[in-house]
Order: sequence, then C-alpha cells, then structure tokens
Amino acid sequence: MDNKGQNSYYRGLEIMADVCIGCSHCMKVCPTEALRVSGGKATIHAEWCIDCGNCYRVCPTRAIRVVDDDFEQIYKYEHRILLVPSLFYSQFEDKMDVSTINNIIGEIGFTEVCPVEIGVDYLIEEMNKYIDESPVKPVISSYCPAIVRLIQVRFPSLVDNIMTLLPPLEIAAQYHKNRYVEDGVVAENVGIFYLTPCVAKIVAVKDPVGGYKSPITGVINMDLMYSKVLLAYKQKRFGDGSIKTNEDITSNAIRWASTKGEANATKGVALSIDGISHAMEFLEKVENGDIEGVDFIELRGCDESCAGGILVRGNRFLVSDDLHKRASVAPWINPHVKEIRKYCAEYMKFDGVQPRAFMKYGSDIKIAIKKMEDVRNLKKILPGIDCGACGAPSCEALADDIVSGERELNNCVFMQVKNEKAGTLQADEAISIMEKIWGKKYDS
Amino acid sequence: MELEYKVEGGDFTQAGYASSQVKKVLKQLGINPIVIKRVVVALYEAEVNIVAHAYRGVITAFLNEDGIRLVLDDEGPGIPDIDQAMVKGYSTASKEVREMGFGAGMGLPNIKDNADEFDIVSEVGKGTRLNIFIKYI
Repeated sequence: MDNKGQNSYYRGLEIMADVCIGCSHCMKVCPTEALRVSGGKATIHAEWCIDCGNCYRVCPTRAIRVVDDDFEQIYKYEHRILLVPSLFYSQFEDKMDVSTINNIIGEIGFTEVCPVEIGVDYLIEEMNKYIDESPVKPVISSYCPAIVRLIQVRFPSLVDNIMTLLPPLEIAAQYHKNRYVEDGVVAENVGIFYLTPCVAKIVAVKDPVGGYKSPITGVINMDLMYSKVLLAYKQKRFGDGSIKTNEDITSNAIRWASTKGEANATKGVALSIDGISHAMEFLEKVENGDIEGVDFIELRGCDESCAGGILVRGNRFLVSDDLHKRASVAPWINPHVKEIRKYCAEYMKFDGVQPRAFMKYGSDIKIAIKKMEDVRNLKKILPGIDCGACGAPSCEALADDIVSGERELNNCVFMQVKNEKAGTLQADEAISIMEKIWGKKYDS
Repeated sequence: MELEYKVEGGDFTQAGYASSQVKKVLKQLGINPIVIKRVVVALYEAEVNIVAHAYRGVITAFLNEDGIRLVLDDEGPGIPDIDQAMVKGYSTASKEVREMGFGAGMGLPNIKDNADEFDIVSEVGKGTRLNIFIKYI
C-alpha cells in the first residue's frame, strides 16, 4: 500500500511487521475498513484511520504498538505536571486512595499532579451557553477525538455540528501553563504531561483539529503508569508527600469521562451514545435529517466511554461503577471556577473542524463515477459473504481494491475455485496467490 | 451510472430507502455535503409522495458528470391540477397519512426549491412523472 509508513496525519498506532502474523483479526474490527492483509502482514490506510484502537484491542500477538512519548523525557523539565483522568484512580483496590496514588506519582518523578477534569465545571457553563446559542443542532461534543476524526472522515457534512469548545484536558493544560507563567516561571521549564487512557487522545494532543496548538509537552501511557504505580506500592515506595496536588474535584468532573458524564450535566435534550458502531448508526440518522428536537449528543468511541479505553487496565464496568460511587460523595461546587475562567477564557474556542473525507475514487468526478460503476459490477460477481480470505475486510472493499489496482479478482477464493474448475487457474497458482496475501501459513 | 429503486404505495417504513442509498453513493463520490443534503431532501419528499399517493413507482437516479438526474415514475391517481399542487400548504393527503406526520402540502414546493431543474407531468387515473436535476457544483 503506497501510504504505509508515510502520511500527513499523525498516527497513534503502528503495526510492527516483525511481530504481526497476518491473522486479520484487526482487519475485521476496523470501523472505517482501513486495514488489509498483504504479504502475510496487516497494513493500514493511514488517512482512513480514526485512532479508535479497535485493532489494538483484538491483536492476539500485541503487534500493534502505541506511539507514546518516552517517560524519561519528563526529567528535562524542572516543573513536571501530570494531568490525571479521574478514572485512573478507579482501577486500583480501595485501600489505594487518591492521596496515596498521588504521592506515589510524586515518587515516580512528577512534581505536581492535577485532575484532567479540573475545568469541567467551567466548561459546563460555557457548553450550556454554546448549545443554547448554536444555530446548528444537535451540537456534537468535541470530547472524544476518535469521534471527531470519525465525523471528519465519514460524516463530513456534520463537521459544523461539532462543538468548538476545548475539551477538559486542554482546559487543564492551559490553566496550568498560564498559571506557572504568571507566577514568573519560564515556560520552557514547565512540562505538562497527560496520562492517556487511549490512542485517540495522543493524536488529539499531537495533531489537534481547528487550528489549535496544545500546550501539552508529552503524553504518558496509562497502562505503563498503572504498572509503575502498582510496583511502587508493592515495594512500599510511597513518596515523601512533597508532590503538589489538587484534589478539589466535583461530582460532575469525576463522572465526566464516563457515559452520560456530559449529557447529564447539560441543559435541554441531551443524548449519550458510546461505542463506535452505535455512534455511526446514530450519525447516519443525524446526517439524513431524521433526528429532530435533540440539542446535544455526547458520543464516545469506546464502550463504557473512557473507562473502556484501550490503555485502561481495570475492567471497564468496574471502573465506571467506581467513578459513579466516588462522584456520589464528591462536592458539587468547584471553588476554582473563577480562577480557571481567568486563565482559560481566551483559549476556550477553537476554529471549526475541517472535513477529512477520503475520496475513495479520486477527485475527478468522471473517473470516480466510472470506478464506482466498476465496483458495483464486481460486487455482483463476488459472493457477498465478506469472509476476508482475500485480505480485504469485505467483498465491497475487495471490489474497491481491484478497481484501484491494488488487488485482483483471483484473490477471492470463490473466483479461484471457479477458475480452477474452468481450467484457467492451476492449483499451484491459487496457492501462490494465497501465499502472497497471507504469507506461508502451512507447508505447501 | 444508473441506479434503480422500486417503491410500493402505502409502505411508509420503506420510504427513505432510495434517498439513503443515493446519499451513500454521492458521499463516496465526494460530492459537496450541501449538495448531498439537497438531493436527499428532494428525493425523500418525492419518495414519500409515491408512498402516500400512488400505488407503486420506480425511481431512477442517473449519475452524470455534472449532476444527478432523478426520475420518479409512478402508477397512481395522478395530479388533476399541478399549479395548485405546487402551492405551499396545499395537500390532498388522507387523514391517515397526515396522522403519520406526512402530507403537510410542502412536498412538491420543497422538491422544487432544492432542485436546479424541475419538471412534472401527470395524467389523471394513470400516474405522475417527476424529473429533477441537481448540479454537483
């Protein structure tokens, strides 16, 4: 595939060819059909990828790598702030409370720890104003970056529905950066790190939409941090308590990353939908104009929202349950709203999101129509069972690949059998075709 | 390229099938979303008209280089006075159809508003043919 390894979009996932066994599990779960198997390895169409992480979840050999930042880079900064999602704490056993974990994070190397959701209460005020004033309805949350990419790639007509307010993560980052700078600290000495539960957020930080530039210095893998914290705890390295912390966080903030977190906090008719396939089903309806009277939709790529993130070690249902329990005993009022507004108000809005629609058949309409007609004709010949044995996820995807010259009709096993019977294809030729796709899976 | 869809009178659950299929095709061709919206609105209204008023019909979509032509042929009662049917709010839809939320008399005018070319011929007792064209740019 021509775009393998080089593309104009930052990607949070990478397939390690030496580990990949070309089993096609990833190909079958990709919601945008961005994966293929060729030469016995999975390959990716970078511009179709929305960083949802479905492939990472199902890979049996861990051949898909998260492109995160090196942990050691934190020591380049005198002030090392870690922005921690509240769900991080919900993965540990009860006796490891928030303060214990924060002190361990200090022991591991950070100088300050802050909840990612610190700006949520301020955001709620802004969101309600935004939704109220928006001429385009329903307003779609900008919270989940995989959803934002999905809309850019698959539902370009809905980009203007995406709320142009920064997500809590960026509010927290702006708040800390500006606070340090106002205190007279040189900006270069402040490292703001984000502990991420998923890859989509890595990409959102490195390659944000809407002309925004994130002040976040680096992204730390939550899975890695979980192990580090647990190890320190087992070794009784509890830290000296010198880490700066801010544990003032409200119910709404704790719940934010879980399903209904946003929808329950906004006024008007608000829906919450989690899971990429559910989101796609609903966006289709919104695009068709079938949805009326809905003011706001919270859409999350993962089942159980961020508790189901691919870098979350805890069980998503238990993590979600714990978030709700903690939220039920947390305060309702955030004493820092005024301060956060002061530091963040001028950065709150980003420019609109641009569509990133892929022109499947190219930009020349005459050629595109011809190609599409060819694809439709091929689909009539193909068996329509989407078995994936050709190395493409569906018969339609194979038809697309044939028309674009990347695959041939004989990649389909049904065509092979037919041609063998007709005497136009020899058995060893068929085997050679299959080996080209899947590599040598057996001794032939 | 030519796409064909059959529509049965009275089958409201299927109304919208052709427009959503055509939408899918136009999206894959990378047509401007604003134009797609116009096509979907016009075609959906026209589809509902067949379901609500006719016995059956055939929708043919011709994808040309410069735009999409939609021809909707139905067998049905026909429209006795087309000028009157084009008046916003005028409707002959039955009580049942109105109860389902259709037949507000906005269909034909809405189709015309969204189309670059609009042509309708009808023969009472036989059927109606609607021919619309929407440019991609």
